[in-house]
Amino acid sequence: MEFIRSLFSLTLFDYLRTVWGDAPWVELVLDLIGVVTLSTFCLLIVIALIWLERKVIARVQDRLGPNRVGGRYGLLQTVADVLKLLTKESITPAGADRIAYNAAPILTVMAALLMWAVMPFAPGVIGVDLNIGIFYVLAVSSVSVVTLLLAGWGSNNKYALLGAFRAVAQLVAYEVPMILSLLVPILLARSMSTVDIINAQVVPFLFVVPLAALIFFISSLAETGRTPFDLLEAESEIVAGFHVEYGGMKFGMFFLAEFVTTLFMSGLFVTVFLGGWNIPIINGLLGAVGLAPLDLNIIAFGRLLGLMVFFIKTFLIYFVYIWIRSTLPRVRVDQILSFNWKFMVPLTLALIFVVAILDKLIPDGTNQLVRGLIHLGSNVLLALATLEVLRRYARRQRQRQTGQDAGASQAPIQETVPAH
Amino acid sequence: MTGQQIVFILLSFVTLASALIVVVNRNLFHAALALMVSFLGVAGLYVTLDAGFLAAAQLLVYIGAISILIIFAIMMTRRLMQATEPSFNTQHVAGIVAAVATFVLLAVVVAGYWPLRADPSLPNVARVQVLPDGTPVETVLQGSVAALGRAFVSADAYVIPFELASVLLLAALVGAIVVAWPKTEDPS
Repeated sequence: MEFIRSLFSLTLFDYLRTVWGDAPWVELVLDLIGVVTLSTFCLLIVIALIWLERKVIARVQDRLGPNRVGGRYGLLQTVADVLKLLTKESITPAGADRIAYNAAPILTVMAALLMWAVMPFAPGVIGVDLNIGIFYVLAVSSVSVVTLLLAGWGSNNKYALLGAFRAVAQLVAYEVPMILSLLVPILLARSMSTVDIINAQVVPFLFVVPLAALIFFISSLAETGRTPFDLLEAESEIVAGFHVEYGGMKFGMFFLAEFVTTLFMSGLFVTVFLGGWNIPIINGLLGAVGLAPLDLNIIAFGRLLGLMVFFIKTFLIYFVYIWIRSTLPRVRVDQILSFNWKFMVPLTLALIFVVAILDKLIPDGTNQLVRGLIHLGSNVLLALATLEVLRRYARRQRQRQTGQDAGASQAPIQETVPAH
Repeated sequence: MTGQQIVFILLSFVTLASALIVVVNRNLFHAALALMVSFLGVAGLYVTLDAGFLAAAQLLVYIGAISILIIFAIMMTRRLMQATEPSFNTQHVAGIVAAVATFVLLAVVVAGYWPLRADPSLPNVARVQVLPDGTPVETVLQGSVAALGRAFVSADAYVIPFELASVLLLAALVGAIVVAWPKTEDPS
């Protein structure tokens, strides 16, 4: 009975510790159980994620999606696909660099799984609460760039190598705004630990620094190689990309890693910008009517509640990823890079300056709500300024193309814009 | 032997063995991969020394950036798929000088702290500074990221070397752009 209870309140490890005592092997076994459970969960949930993605994209595009295998909702379609991939012959092309070719898919999945170590699912339910949590994520995710080069080079195929070059250029470029935009919540929380960042969010950081959240979201789209930045697997342009020579489960592992990383990025967005397992609005309402806020650490089954809140938020964000994928076309490679270097990076740098200076100017004892409002105001101002700069730039471009000089009145210029 | 020592020896072996492969392997691409493994081993050593931030920085900078740069350089400059080179070149003298100089530098630095011994009276404390008014300030090893950041920008610590390194990097960046800039014809 106690076992079932601990299973449901996610305190299984505490229960096992009381049963097994404090022998030296107990912690080791518990750690191993934790690692195996977390990795297995991440790998298995991909089956559900792929089904979800295909189904949602199909509905957005007015199709039905998988509806044959496993009932009318096609629930077992992905299971069948996985079995097909697993039973395919494992091929290494002649002339390929065996080490690089075979190591690349394994390393990709490893990097994708390692990041989950610092993901806080619920109060006390986290692999390891590193004091450099966010930095650890960035360091591990940078390894996935190397695996692309390994795959591209190891295939001994010039199209694979070209695809790898393009992908690496994109990933290295978008790492910059991603790191910089994550610095903003780190600045506000005064910590890089994921748990500390969640606890610091009295108001979720999405409503404090929406610009940083937007930049992080865009660059995470590019980092995971999803539309509109899916040059990594641009079927219509470069044969396929870096994985053109891969087949069977070796091919499947690249996609496995992509889905695991996308889910991780949704979880990271929730952790850093949406308050993680906390329920800020309900807590605010409780505080408004004079009740104590809901402390998930104390109430019975609080961990389970926190886990549910975390996954509801995570899948909301994941839905936005799918939504974008199903609606936006692909961007050209030069547009991707110039959008990053000429727009995202300067904007993020400006944002960091503004947030850092403002946060230093606000006195320490200030109410969190007031502090949040000040930051929100500065963000809105910065966004308006950016839009104004972009508008002027677009007007100059239009004038150059239509041959109008800068002093011309605005009326004839607007006529050149095609009517919708 | 404690668990930490076993891990340390394993990591050192991985680091040194892959470093040896870097030097003797005739396939340049494989040498670059072995260099990455070597970097990874060093990052692991940092972790066993409780320097998590340094380990992550090692991973991000050396594997995420420098190795990729090296691989790019190999791919751009060599004939693509026949990247085998003689493993020994003619720079024996320069190599010996560099090796001896590095060894002497390390020996001098380590000899300053010899014999290496953990001070049991200072658990988890990197060093104790004494402020002008006599109060000792302990720099805690665990969670030292904030202390590291302050040391970089504090006027009593490392602000001058930090800024100098930044200026050097900036100069290198500008220099790289100038070198890579396409030579345009004189407009006149």
